[in-house]
Amino acid sequence: MHENRRSFREGAKDIAPILLGVMPFAMISGITAVNVGISQPMAMAMSVFIFAGASQLAAYQLIAAGALPLVVIYTALVVNLRFVVYSASIAPYFQSLSTPWKWLYAYMLTDQGYAISLIRFREDETVSRAWYYLGASLPVWLVWQVFSAAGIFVGSAVPAHWGLDFAIPLTFMAVLVRSLENRAAVIAAVVGGVGAAAGYHLPLNLGLVLGVAAGILAGFAVDVASRPRRARKGER
Amino acid sequence: MDATAILWITVATAIGTFLLRLSFIQVFANREVPPILEQILRYVPSAAVSAIIVPAIVFTEETLDVSLGNERLIAGLLALVIAVRTRSFPLTVGIGMATFWLLRAVM
Repeated sequence: MHENRRSFREGAKDIAPILLGVMPFAMISGITAVNVGISQPMAMAMSVFIFAGASQLAAYQLIAAGALPLVVIYTALVVNLRFVVYSASIAPYFQSLSTPWKWLYAYMLTDQGYAISLIRFREDETVSRAWYYLGASLPVWLVWQVFSAAGIFVGSAVPAHWGLDFAIPLTFMAVLVRSLENRAAVIAAVVGGVGAAAGYHLPLNLGLVLGVAAGILAGFAVDVASRPRRARKGER
Repeated sequence: MDATAILWITVATAIGTFLLRLSFIQVFANREVPPILEQILRYVPSAAVSAIIVPAIVFTEETLDVSLGNERLIAGLLALVIAVRTRSFPLTVGIGMATFWLLRAVM
């Protein structure tokens, strides 16, 4: 029992500095949601039930642009595909949990909680994995909801003509730069962006759908093409 | 967009996102992600985020506007430089918004 509480506290302690970055992100999410015309209760429901900031911002941007609902859903889910990778690499540590706990822990899976937990799990055998993860993830959830609510409240007081929805592409600039880990990722971004813009006037928002697909394929192709060369360099 | 459509977006995205998170934790608990899938998924964030940013800054009122008169484009490019240099989320959004407002007031 004492061990569990210690593990929970360790998780909460390790996540604390990261929470500072969650706060403005949640604020922007809440502000932009109401600024693109989503009602306050619905904006809060999205924050609670979707609980994935980047996909929420993507949805708000596309709702503002008047995209088809199916395209909004598609894009939001594509943005969240990374959770499959997180889910796979953290799954071995949660195997002994009962189903309700697995569901709760899956719901709470975030970039921040995942990253901090995986680092600790790999280097520390003594910590209670389930309690450490809960200690790291619960604060992220709480901070996200409280600051989303604050953003929804503040955003409702800001008139739409201020153009605060422009904060969405700006926020994504910061997200994008962090994702550009190699040349292939840069190519994926250039092809995705130019492709989506080139196909902007296609029916059914196909430009966005095709742009994303082309970007992913381009990044993958450059990655595959550059691997053997790197391997050869290693041999020399 | 009407409230019903937004409700459906919320329901579908919430369920879909939960299933993506649950996937390996519950269903494929003993399997690994195929390496090729992982290699593809690595480029999803860059491609998707960029595909959202670019149209949002190069189009004004449904028309392509790649000129100095497009405040969103100029402010967006400056924000990109700030993002690359500082990697700071508040600085990127803060300076980008301030530039956007300034340009809009001047032009």
